[in-house]
Amino acid sequence: MFVPDPFGLKTQFVGLGNFEYLLGDPYYRASFVTTAIFSSLVTVVSMGVALYLAILADRLIKGSGTYRTLLIWPYAVAPAVAGVLWMFMFNTRVGVVAWYLGLLGYDWNHVLDEAEAMGLVVVASSWGRISYNFLFFLAGLQAIPRSVIEAAAIDGAKFWTRFRTIVWPLLSPTTFFLLVVNVVYAFFETFGVIHTITAGGPQQATTILVYKVYSDGFVGQDLGSSAAQSVILLVLVGILTVIQFKFIERRVHY
Amino acid sequence: MATLTLDNVRKSFGATDVIHGVNIEVTDGEFIVIVGPSGCGKSTLLRMVAGLEGITSGEIRIDGHRVNEAEPMERNIAMVFQNYALYPHMSVFDNMAYGLKIAKTPKDEIAARVASAAKLLQLEPYLQRKPRELSGGQRQRVAMGRAIVRKPAVFLFDEPLSNLDAKLRVQMRLEIKQLQRELGVTSLYVTHDQVEAMTLADRMIVMNAGVADQIGKPLEVYENPQTEFVAGFIGSPATNFMPAGSVGVSVGKTVGIRPEHIQLTDTPTRLKARVAYCEALGAETLVHLRLPHGQLITVRQGGHLPLPSEGTDLWLGWHDAAMMVFGADGRRI
Ligand SMILES: Nc1ncnc2c1ncn2[C@@H]1O[C@H](COP(=O)(O)OP(=O)(O)OP(=O)(O)O)[C@@H](O)[C@H]1O
Ligand SMILES: [Mg+2]
Repeated sequence: MFVPDPFGLKTQFVGLGNFEYLLGDPYYRASFVTTAIFSSLVTVVSMGVALYLAILADRLIKGSGTYRTLLIWPYAVAPAVAGVLWMFMFNTRVGVVAWYLGLLGYDWNHVLDEAEAMGLVVVASSWGRISYNFLFFLAGLQAIPRSVIEAAAIDGAKFWTRFRTIVWPLLSPTTFFLLVVNVVYAFFETFGVIHTITAGGPQQATTILVYKVYSDGFVGQDLGSSAAQSVILLVLVGILTVIQFKFIERRVHY
Repeated sequence: MATLTLDNVRKSFGATDVIHGVNIEVTDGEFIVIVGPSGCGKSTLLRMVAGLEGITSGEIRIDGHRVNEAEPMERNIAMVFQNYALYPHMSVFDNMAYGLKIAKTPKDEIAARVASAAKLLQLEPYLQRKPRELSGGQRQRVAMGRAIVRKPAVFLFDEPLSNLDAKLRVQMRLEIKQLQRELGVTSLYVTHDQVEAMTLADRMIVMNAGVADQIGKPLEVYENPQTEFVAGFIGSPATNFMPAGSVGVSVGKTVGIRPEHIQLTDTPTRLKARVAYCEALGAETLVHLRLPHGQLITVRQGGHLPLPSEGTDLWLGWHDAAMMVFGADGRRI
């Protein structure tokens, strides 16, 4: 609600001016779209992979610990470290993966290509979430009584039908919980990954809302706008959470 | 309608043998009860018939067709689980209709079949409820309904009544028996409760540590147990066992006498014992006596007879025919 003069000597009260300015700013609006795409992708990728692994593990194990432990370790790797790792692997000059892609005739350059940059931060952000999601999915799967699955098998349901009609509905509380947690994660905690890999670029292609708060506030020194963005972000997450919980109440019933 | 044959069926989990070769011929419409103590392999045997557990060796045939390799759904069986295994997120109707929907049964036929099963089981008012909104007995009926609507060739029951209270158990026992009579479906029923076994079975199989010790009609098994284990397991209170020598029998190792076959008298008969305590149950009285060397003997007598007072010495008498003599290997001689 305040705007400092260019030399930071005075601040001028502008009321809701910062908000008005923000909503008219095409870059800010673009950041919304980016955030929506980014968080849906991160949520879908990290939950999808985790669910797939959990189903495999659920069939394999009944209580044994080693396999589960093996799958926890990526979670222990701090997201930023994961980011660095991914950045090196895909580094346009020295990265292993980029080099192999080059051999295959694909010119990988996430520094210039917006889609590639987005793909990279999505994968890097999802990576650290997989084990967390995996553990919850696995616990959810193991909580489904075996006899219920067996009853369905006797009733004639094959694996995919059983999954669709029995397992998935019974897993829905877990799924919705993870959905909330992962969206919030994608909104806030992916800052480290984005900062190390792409720093929001190229051309703001990976500047999600939380990153914009940082870059406008600390890099651009527009603290007023940055503060307004924080407020919007906060309200947004609040709304999202409420919507999701309302949704849960209606959908998760048994 | 089907016959069921188990031909030298064995099962091992890794190195541990759980079922050591079971043979049964179940005729069409017969109600067979498998009874035995916990851990003897009853559930394992049933699950092998259902196709939920592999068969290590031997053969299972339904209507003469080998089903060892068949998936559960191809065996045309229905199973009622101990914990009912209802689909918690589906209504009673959907629980019962699930198998039919998967089999792509026409909608109106599903509705008709579920309706008639619901009528039979008095579930009509509850069709739209979820399992968690039902009592234990109602859930039990839904599980039965789910089995009935598919019109399977064989019913399998794994201790379906053990989660119910005593009174309901007696009531459901009767209902299951009537239902099975009415539908005439070949049934295999597992329980560790010998009263359930005695009342339900056309024939019963007494299992002991993975072996079918005896197969026969309930009363036949009761009156003529083939092994020491069966004599001890079937009948409540349990058979009294005494060393053969101590009761003047020269062959065999152990003699078993049922509590109701011993008479108590003041005049000398076979053995002297001191009354330890009595349990007056109304219609009958259980008298527990201690032999001179310390062993407890149980005698069952009519409730109209006077209660012997504790600490008095009495004589135990029985007819020769009441003695069941078992050899060192536990087999009847
Ligand atoms: N998956 C398995 N792996 C190894 N051993 C098993 C397995 N399932 C069962 N067993 C063993 O097989 C034996 C028989 O088990 P089962 O469940 O058939 O007993 P049960 O007669 O049904 O007992 P209860 O009356 O307690 O249900 C037990 O000793 C059990 O430990
Ligand atoms: Mg069992």
